[in-house]
Amino acid sequence: MAKAPASPKRAPRKSPAKKPPAKSAARKSAAPAAPNRERPAEPDRYTASKDELLEYYRQMLLIRRFEEKAGQLYGLGLIGGFCHLYIGQEAVAVGLQSALDNDKDSVITGYRDHGHMLAYGLDPKVIMAELTGRAAGIAQGKGGSMHMFSVEKRFYGGHGIVGAQVPLGSGLAFAHKYRGDGGVCLAYFGDGAANQGQVYEAFNMAELWKLPIIFVIENNQYAMGTSVNRSSAEDQLYRRGESFRIPGLQINGMDVLEVRGAAEVALDWVRSGKGPILLELKTYRYRGHSMSDPAKYRSREEVQSVREKSDPIEAIKKELEAAGVSAEDMKATDKEIKAIVAEAADFAESSPEPHPDELYTDVLVEQY
Amino acid sequence: MSKGEENKGATTQRNMIQAINNAMDVCMERDDNVCVFGEDVGYYGGVFRATAGLQEKYGKTRSFDTPINECGIIGVAVGMAAYGMRPVAEIQFADYIYPGLDQLVSEAARLRYRSAGEFTSPLTIRTPFGGGIFGGQTHSQSPESIFTHVCGVKTVIPSTPYDAKGLLIAAIEDPDPVVFFEPKRIYNGPFDGHYDTPVLPWSKHPASEVPDGHYAIPLGKANVLREGSAVTMLCYGTMVHVTAAAVEELGIDAEVIDLRTLLPLDMETIEASVKKTGRCVIVHEATRTSGFGAELSALVQERCFYHLEAPIERVTGYDTPYPHSLEWAYFPGPVRLRLAIERVMEDVSGNV
Repeated sequence: MAKAPASPKRAPRKSPAKKPPAKSAARKSAAPAAPNRERPAEPDRYTASKDELLEYYRQMLLIRRFEEKAGQLYGLGLIGGFCHLYIGQEAVAVGLQSALDNDKDSVITGYRDHGHMLAYGLDPKVIMAELTGRAAGIAQGKGGSMHMFSVEKRFYGGHGIVGAQVPLGSGLAFAHKYRGDGGVCLAYFGDGAANQGQVYEAFNMAELWKLPIIFVIENNQYAMGTSVNRSSAEDQLYRRGESFRIPGLQINGMDVLEVRGAAEVALDWVRSGKGPILLELKTYRYRGHSMSDPAKYRSREEVQSVREKSDPIEAIKKELEAAGVSAEDMKATDKEIKAIVAEAADFAESSPEPHPDELYTDVLVEQY
Repeated sequence: MSKGEENKGATTQRNMIQAINNAMDVCMERDDNVCVFGEDVGYYGGVFRATAGLQEKYGKTRSFDTPINECGIIGVAVGMAAYGMRPVAEIQFADYIYPGLDQLVSEAARLRYRSAGEFTSPLTIRTPFGGGIFGGQTHSQSPESIFTHVCGVKTVIPSTPYDAKGLLIAAIEDPDPVVFFEPKRIYNGPFDGHYDTPVLPWSKHPASEVPDGHYAIPLGKANVLREGSAVTMLCYGTMVHVTAAAVEELGIDAEVIDLRTLLPLDMETIEASVKKTGRCVIVHEATRTSGFGAELSALVQERCFYHLEAPIERVTGYDTPYPHSLEWAYFPGPVRLRLAIERVMEDVSGNV
């Protein structure tokens, strides 16, 4: 009988690396292709001001509460189809996007996109209304949960096909460079998407043309129901760019300050014309892949353990305490967020569905 | 069970997923060369549970996970098949198949021809397709006519648990590549197009009595679901049930033909029916322009032109991406079917 590849044995996963990867990855037998190649600096944990800390807390909490509400609306049948919640991964979008220059940088991501929209300060009402498929939604109900866009914020979506947005990211970066506008593209994708062939075509072109792009792997450990180890020969995903000479950093994605610190290094690297950089952010989603996933491929204990030990919101609460923010102040923020989310849900439930004529608009410029 | 088919021994009540799972089980049991794989297929048992239990039963070498790389999945399947294996690859949603299209079109479908028959590619790609689940543009498409347009690959679409098992076994045993589209809207029950009423489970439908053993439904043989003399209804997949329900509701003596396979196509059955009824309505969920209905319409007029008493009608999805909102405005449901049947039943004098 012919042998098909079974899941190979893997060494236990290492904790997020603190050292520059190239040194630990070097092998005796393989002569380094470019031994003196410059590497990005070791990122420092970001030192945030009290106001910045409060802002991160506010944004992460907004994402968490928004997503919890979306889960409820889904349960009530107000949101249909596919809905992928960002709960647990909040520090990634908030930490990275807080470092961007919103006047020139662009962002693109996959289908788990609500958090990235909210981290931009986009109005939660129009995001929630998109989830419920209403005309007032940010894509007029045409895109839904997975397909959202914002011209104003240079947010290029929201893409439902795994990995398909990554080459688009290289294209956005090409346009930044071509125009000379100083902008950088932040292209997110997941650990599952990291195995799509087109990702590597995008890597090659980005390095070949020294495009200003930060590739961000949000490694939440599971591609739908398949863990990284079961699907990836090289499971240290930050190394995936090495054969294209794209340096990689592995970062604790559960700590918004570490994420922000990495963003600083990555932006310095890319803005100084050195070409792309790859960030692997080790994170975790608390909920199933989508609302229809009972997540039986992992134990309740595993999820519980991450929630208890490394929740990004609990972590920043401690930072806030240390910075002298009172429990009352935090509670006031909680209350404010709760009201914003409730208002968004009301809006999304009560605003009208699109007119049927809208079926035929936006297919091409002109109707046919 | 369709008439004319022998009794296959013990049966078990199965929904569509269970029937598909059972077909793979039967084939794996009989032939070591059959392996199933795809995204979340092995350990997880498939997002729709179609491969549940197969890894436990046959081990990780025969039921296994792949990375998310559709081009790689189909490419690997072509190589395995060329070497004599019988790979059954799952593409999680038909909407995800496009990265693998190159391997399917340029390799799987063309290997036999360019090697003058020395190498072949007897693989099966299973892929859930179609809408009605609020999946929006990337989880609802019906891309079947892209595949019927490619010479060298067969396209199969079942509409019941009984047919799903028999057709999937035939697909796996077929010496050529087969794309097996599974209408996911009817995995759990025969949806009739009335989205605002609960769907009956398969257990209430006679075609859920699925034989436990091996049986194959020949590819290229349509199923005449209902005989009639007024009009011929051509349909497949989910739309078989929507069409059958519309015909019953209108009380019209229509002949309902479930095509089962689009390529090879059972033109003999279609031709005989249209020559009998003189009228034809083609129903599919896919977009209209260059959809499979266009091919059917051309074939019917080529073969039956002098028997036709009214222009052929097509009831299809609109020429737009599958909408997120307005799904039921898009879906070719009972109202559009009724209007089409009324149009086609008008006589030449214009009277209804």
